Amino acid sequence: MTLLRERVTIVWLGLMVATCTSTWLLSKDNFSPTVAVVGIFMIAALKVRFVMMDFMELRDAPVRVRIAFEAWIVVVTALILGFWFATPHSG
Amino acid sequence: MDGVWVFIGADSVLFGILFANFMKDRLAQPALFEASHRTLNFNLGGLDTLILLTSSWLVALAVQAVKRDQLDQAPKFVLGGVLTGLMFVASKSTEYAEKFVAGIMPATDPFYMWYFTLTGIHLAHVLFGTCLLVYVWTKARARTYTSSNRTVLECVASFWHLVDLLWIVLFPLLYLQR
Repeated sequence: MTLLRERVTIVWLGLMVATCTSTWLLSKDNFSPTVAVVGIFMIAALKVRFVMMDFMELRDAPVRVRIAFEAWIVVVTALILGFWFATPHSG
Repeated sequence: MDGVWVFIGADSVLFGILFANFMKDRLAQPALFEASHRTLNFNLGGLDTLILLTSSWLVALAVQAVKRDQLDQAPKFVLGGVLTGLMFVASKSTEYAEKFVAGIMPATDPFYMWYFTLTGIHLAHVLFGTCLLVYVWTKARARTYTSSNRTVLECVASFWHLVDLLWIVLFPLLYLQR
């Protein structure tokens, strides 16, 4: 078993880079709040999707199950960003 | 295995409702939530995310090893999952201690009520998941799991990944959003 050849290893490396980008780059004040918050939550949504598809192996799950979990990502991200845009003085 | 997916789905929905309610309360008092969020240690929160992602990856590798009947490797990966789980607990304990020393409690303000509630429920998941991983580790060391007998390992792994993905949303919600 060669770790570097595992798909989950490639996914893990991507998730680590995405986390560093959100935490130590996008969160800085040199980005406007809108760019930062939308970027940070879109990255979070992508990260969750990769965890579901590759770590939880939902990529191979029945379509109904996969759709239900992917819908959770869309609904949660939409709710968070919807409330964020509705909040005064934040954009 | 179906029961585990129902539990994971229900838990995800519950957290989704909590996330929406947090945002609803933030909508009512944006200045207070912004000021209190700025007092959180986002470096520690980022580190927590890297720890949990690594933990999830190690457990995913354990499942891959068992699928290929590489039974010597699986316990090592699961043990890595346990140790990184404990690292998260240690990091979160340090963060709570920092807050308590500074006189910050759940009753301090609505933001901190949410911070302690959300991170507390999540920490309970981490502690429960770590206990499950210890159980799976003892079984993997005894070579209980094989490519044809791996349901329990996969159920525990799926729960552990749920703990990871919930933190992926929780972290920006509390620490990065401004």
